[in-house]
Amino acid sequence: MAGIVFYFFAVAAVLGAVMCVLQRSPVASAMWLMSTMFSLAAIFVLLNAQLIGILQVLVYVGAILVIFLFVVMLLNLGTAAKDLRGPSSIAAAVAISGLLVIELIALWRYTPARLAAEIAQAPEAARAMFPGGALAEQAAATQGVVGAVAGPMFQQYLIPFEITSILLLAALVGAVVLAKRRI
Amino acid sequence: MPEAPFLGPSLALSAILFTIGVAGVLLRRNAIVLFMCIELMLNAVNLAFIAFGQLHGVSGQIMVFFVMTVAAAEAAVGLAIILAIFRHRQTVDLQNINLLRG
Repeated sequence: MAGIVFYFFAVAAVLGAVMCVLQRSPVASAMWLMSTMFSLAAIFVLLNAQLIGILQVLVYVGAILVIFLFVVMLLNLGTAAKDLRGPSSIAAAVAISGLLVIELIALWRYTPARLAAEIAQAPEAARAMFPGGALAEQAAATQGVVGAVAGPMFQQYLIPFEITSILLLAALVGAVVLAKRRI
Repeated sequence: MPEAPFLGPSLALSAILFTIGVAGVLLRRNAIVLFMCIELMLNAVNLAFIAFGQLHGVSGQIMVFFVMTVAAAEAAVGLAIILAIFRHRQTVDLQNINLLRG
């Protein structure tokens, strides 16, 4: 049953991504991208990352795509007559992405057993940094889905988390300055 | 060993989505759609993080959280740059934005 749901959303995500690239109108592209992101949110929930699934809907669909639609509306672009690049660029793009997909699809052969073997060979420090998934499942069972993520985030990853706030502040100031009419 | 039922298929889906994003960046001339393709690539990487997170614990989910933050910051700044360019050149077609092209 879970397999059917997974493959349904996987096909929906790929379809949305392809249509996002092929649509001429930027608004249609944004809508197809939205369907991809919703499908990915469903897949995240299937992969036991419920919190990230919700954040995906809130942040990507609710915030980032809305900014995109806002900018499309501000620029009043309409549908461009010719939006794809020339034939030589298309050939290069097909060659590069074909090569890339062949390389990346080799990841299909990654199995949990092989990964477990690699973890077993990893140095002690790395293993302490990334405790196994079984521990995480225990944590989710005892502390709840959000608590299991929140614990490490505010302990092990506290400094990166704080640096994130500086990044967001810089982005905020940068966006305001860049979008101003006269600097 | 923890269960990871969709590890292989998730990684394959992540690879396909990332490649579609790359193809979009290479193919499209509209700067806004190009940005959407970059978001698609970031999403594909998030999927890989989550898939490995099934085995490695919640660290993968925390990384996804940081990637999302960076994506939000990047979208805000990038779209502001596109707005500024549009004010100067009246276009977002990358073929016409060639000030820095040799």
